[in-house]
Amino acid sequence: MALRVRFTHSLRSFDATADLTVESGETLALVGPSGAGKTTVLRVVAGLVRPGTGLVTLDETVLLDTERGVDVAPERRRVGYLFQEYALFPHLDVRGNVRFGTRDGAAVDRLLERFHIRDLARARVRELSGGERQRVALARALARDPAVLLLDEPLSALDTHTRSGVRAELRELLRTLQLPTILVTHDFEDAATLADRVGVISEGQILQVGSPTELVAVPGDAFVASFTGATLLPGQVVEEQDGLTRVALDGGLFVWSADRIAGSVNVAVYPWEVSLGSFTPDDSRMNHVSGSVISLAPAGNRVRVRVGPLVAEITAASAQRLDLRPGSVVTASFKATAARLFPR
Amino acid sequence: MPPGELISALGTSAARDAMRVTAETIAVAMAAILVLGTPAAYWMSSRRGVLRDVLVTFVELPLVLPPAVAGIGLLVAFGRAGLLGGTIDALGIDIAFTKVAVVLAVTFVASPFYLRTAIAAFEAVDPTLPAAARTLGAHRGRVFFRVMLPLARGGLGAGAALAFARGLGEFGATIMFAGSLQGVTQTLSLAIYEQFDIDFDVALAISALLIVISALVLLSVKLTTRWRSGSGSLTLFAASTRQQT
Repeated sequence: MALRVRFTHSLRSFDATADLTVESGETLALVGPSGAGKTTVLRVVAGLVRPGTGLVTLDETVLLDTERGVDVAPERRRVGYLFQEYALFPHLDVRGNVRFGTRDGAAVDRLLERFHIRDLARARVRELSGGERQRVALARALARDPAVLLLDEPLSALDTHTRSGVRAELRELLRTLQLPTILVTHDFEDAATLADRVGVISEGQILQVGSPTELVAVPGDAFVASFTGATLLPGQVVEEQDGLTRVALDGGLFVWSADRIAGSVNVAVYPWEVSLGSFTPDDSRMNHVSGSVISLAPAGNRVRVRVGPLVAEITAASAQRLDLRPGSVVTASFKATAARLFPR
Repeated sequence: MPPGELISALGTSAARDAMRVTAETIAVAMAAILVLGTPAAYWMSSRRGVLRDVLVTFVELPLVLPPAVAGIGLLVAFGRAGLLGGTIDALGIDIAFTKVAVVLAVTFVASPFYLRTAIAAFEAVDPTLPAAARTLGAHRGRVFFRVMLPLARGGLGAGAALAFARGLGEFGATIMFAGSLQGVTQTLSLAIYEQFDIDFDVALAISALLIVISALVLLSVKLTTRWRSGSGSLTLFAASTRQQT
């Protein structure tokens, strides 16, 4: 099974366009800020939005072909759709929700069993926790034996505590189902964990598609770099010397980059490529920014440290060894190759 | 006047006839309002634009018309010399001053109360719920009966209660279009007006009956909206809704 989607559709302030192919067992994540047109892609595949022009096929089956006037109704498309906030029916209990999409009572029982919600079968939706709602919504979407899976922000309604556990479960589920899956999220980390390929969307345009590692290694533009986690520092190229570019940052600092462009630029630096020290080291790294620590934010076994305009992601152990606290004076260092330049 | 005498005053033929006429006509009128009005309200709730605004204005017109104007309007439309009267007359039917006229008058005046509330009730349903139902294989009809009707049920009930109350008190349009013939077109409201001069006790007894019915209707609206907003801990409603699933 391969899902193919190609369309152009006018939204309020821009046109959304997409041209995507998702293979069986492959998960494609669409990431971007809210209002970028991510959900529109899902709604076109499900048949809930009819685009101005477009073609949606599932192997040989044509679901939508605006040129030939084909538009299969949503109820006949065999699409499993997990809605944002899950859209469970509040007037039905858990079993009633899962049963809505199928006549096969035995299949419903198997799904309740599989998603560990059998004990909740008679519970009403408003009595459920976020994680339980998500499982009910997944069971309901799968009850129809879909040929395609669409997930709209499957993790955003969960608190951070349950999130990582549910993320691992979802990853396992996607691997077992082997369906072409499109997942929409505003969180690059969720996308990187769950998807084989990630497409970055802004204002209805897919800027870049690639594996999570590819996107981080070679971001196509400043937006992709910033969305995949880089800090953007606006500045002006002042000189070129020995094949390196010197940039005057708007805040008054200077950095060296191995990229060669001129004019107004954004310097993109990934936090995990910035290291911290208590004195300025003399090594191969060319960029050193001294300043006091503005803030420390723990994230798992790491700490994100803000120093001047930069963010450094270091291990919690290193942070402890350096005795970092707000106000401590440190030097942040990164290589010229870690400072990527994008025209502004 | 003791309650016992009030109740026996309801046993007079004028009161009994009026109760029967009212029950028959309002039952038919409410059935027409619910059966035709519910899909119409659903249709209007899912439309945007000028056509919808024009239709809603039409629907709301009887709400602001003086009842006497409504009565004249119905006579002009359906009376023997009216716009449609000639056609209907040719079929050997005369509507004016019959029970059909009472039903038409009540329907005309009471339906906006139901339609307005029903449109709002359908609009209040989260639009992703019918969308989700469709991706789960439900065609439009099934979405309407399995998702929209149950979710809008509280608002629909409230609208029906309001329309019922308004229909029960209908006076002006009925007396002009249907007259006040005992046992044929004389409803409870019209009987009060007639009995006021003949036997005041009967008028008083019927008024008391209408007060009780109106109070019950209002109470039922309060209870349904309370249950709908979810703030009520009304176990009797929770139990009955679970059975429906």
